[in-house]
Amino acid sequence: MQAFLEIFDIYLLEAVVNGILLGGVLALLALGLNLIFGVIDVTWICYAELVMIGMYGMYYLFSVYHVPYWIAAPLCILLVAGLGAALHVIVIAPLLSAAPINQLLATGGVLFVLQSFATVAFGIDFRNLGIRLPVLALGEMHFSYSRLLAFLAAVVGMIVVYLFMTRTFTGTAIRAIAQDRQIMALMGVDTKRIYLVTSAIGGALAGLAACLLVLQYDVHPFVGLSFGPITFLICVLGGLGNFIGGFVAAFLFAEIISLGGLFSDLEWGYVLAFAFFIAMMFIRPAGLLARRS
Amino acid sequence: MTNTSRAGWAVGIAALIALPFVYRDPYHLHILILILIWSFAYTSWSMMGRFGLVSLGHGGFMGVGAYVTALLWNHLGVSPWIGIPIALVCAGALALVVAYPCFRFRITGHYFVLVTLALSGIVLQVITATRDFTGGSLGYTPERTKGSHLVALQFDDKTVWYLIALGVWLAGLLIWRWVDRSMDRFALEAISEDEDAAAAAGVNVTYEKLRITVISALMTALAGALYCQYQMFISPDTVSGIAVSLQMVFAVVVGGVYVALGPTVGAIITILLAEVLRIGFGTKAVGWDNLIYGVLLVLFIIFLPKGILGSTLARLQTRR
Repeated sequence: MQAFLEIFDIYLLEAVVNGILLGGVLALLALGLNLIFGVIDVTWICYAELVMIGMYGMYYLFSVYHVPYWIAAPLCILLVAGLGAALHVIVIAPLLSAAPINQLLATGGVLFVLQSFATVAFGIDFRNLGIRLPVLALGEMHFSYSRLLAFLAAVVGMIVVYLFMTRTFTGTAIRAIAQDRQIMALMGVDTKRIYLVTSAIGGALAGLAACLLVLQYDVHPFVGLSFGPITFLICVLGGLGNFIGGFVAAFLFAEIISLGGLFSDLEWGYVLAFAFFIAMMFIRPAGLLARRS
Repeated sequence: MTNTSRAGWAVGIAALIALPFVYRDPYHLHILILILIWSFAYTSWSMMGRFGLVSLGHGGFMGVGAYVTALLWNHLGVSPWIGIPIALVCAGALALVVAYPCFRFRITGHYFVLVTLALSGIVLQVITATRDFTGGSLGYTPERTKGSHLVALQFDDKTVWYLIALGVWLAGLLIWRWVDRSMDRFALEAISEDEDAAAAAGVNVTYEKLRITVISALMTALAGALYCQYQMFISPDTVSGIAVSLQMVFAVVVGGVYVALGPTVGAIITILLAEVLRIGFGTKAVGWDNLIYGVLLVLFIIFLPKGILGSTLARLQTRR
């Protein structure tokens, strides 16, 4: 019994730490989505598909054109940032005054477009970079370096966005628009430009997530469906547009998935996370950290 | 309804009933049956979609309808005639459990969409996780009887299926008409405009929304069960999950949410488009149908938010 408990605890600890590492990337994705929602008041249903395109970008740059990882990554971030800006100009801008549901459905259409574009252009084969990073053994626990790297890069990415939002004029303007979009136009802030910049930053965060996820997972046209829904749920759980709430919710979700997967199949981890989400919606409809009014 | 339009409906329905006895091409009948079944599913989505209750959980209801019926038949030998009502009760209960707190706590707009999205995610993952019973993502086949069998609700003759699908589709349109002509329609329209004002005017907001949601969920589950019985093969990707939910929304938006035949027009367009592309390009067309769907969906939402049929009818009315 004693021996059993010890083994059990090691696995438990490993699952907890892996949950934290997973949470880092999820928090990065949630931040991008929250930023777009907070500022432009639009939910990009196709956010995870931008990540998928970014992952293909990395695959082609690295494996086909043999660009070193450290050069391919910034290129890929730029590519997805451009994609985010294009998405805004082509789809969202004409719909800014339409009903919110229409904007949501339009980005749902973009989800179809991106998925099937990837199917047509890249085929449905699973592809990976073929990089195998070593495994870090800490006592009897094992963590892959790719997850560690992803966690650290995600944290750095979030700190950079935080500094940008608090230390630059554009960042301040973005935060101000999130508070009141009508008044800021009167204060001489070019809302169109701010929207464009925000969309590009949202895209860039998706690009960064793509560079990190491609180290851990294979790319295929439907890879977005495996973490897209989770990202929306995290944002809603944290309160749409609430950055800190999203951050907390990302780690909560990651722990539930990781621990649920420890005791049973990974799918049950997801079922548990979804069920937890629905239950929380009834307890705190406006998000984890919302103040009761 | 005027006399001319009543006569038009009667002639149209008579022609549809007579069709399989005159025209017997099995492939075309198959396409027609699929169009009718999916039209019914899309109609059930737009029952609540027209009142601004955008749900991405309908893939979940459809999956419950299909899988409960098939599982009861295979594991317990329960005839679909009893299995389908049980499946409907399950879907209705699921709808109540999720929707009641949603409406009670005023979860609307984006939040409602994402809660229902979680619902279809849960159903998909449960089906995949219980793969010992449901076959997981490989799909599931109800056990076949030899030949046609009324108790098993399995028929070899496509004409029978065509008539069943036609009947269900017509029933869907009748339910639509019933809601359209009831006081609840005005109540629900008021709710979609402004919940507080509607409540102040004496509308029981939670009750009205809950009722239309349960009706819509029951119809969707029936569509799932029918699809399962007709196709004799279901997989989590074809009857449940987020992709199916989005497919419903897409077809309805293309056809028109606010008119009775809009979802049907949407089903005709989307299914014909997929078939034409599949036959025209063969295996090279993998992905092209969805690519065209997606582009069309975006264009429609930007330029024709009322859908094809909705916009045409609106234009005809202004000309008159």
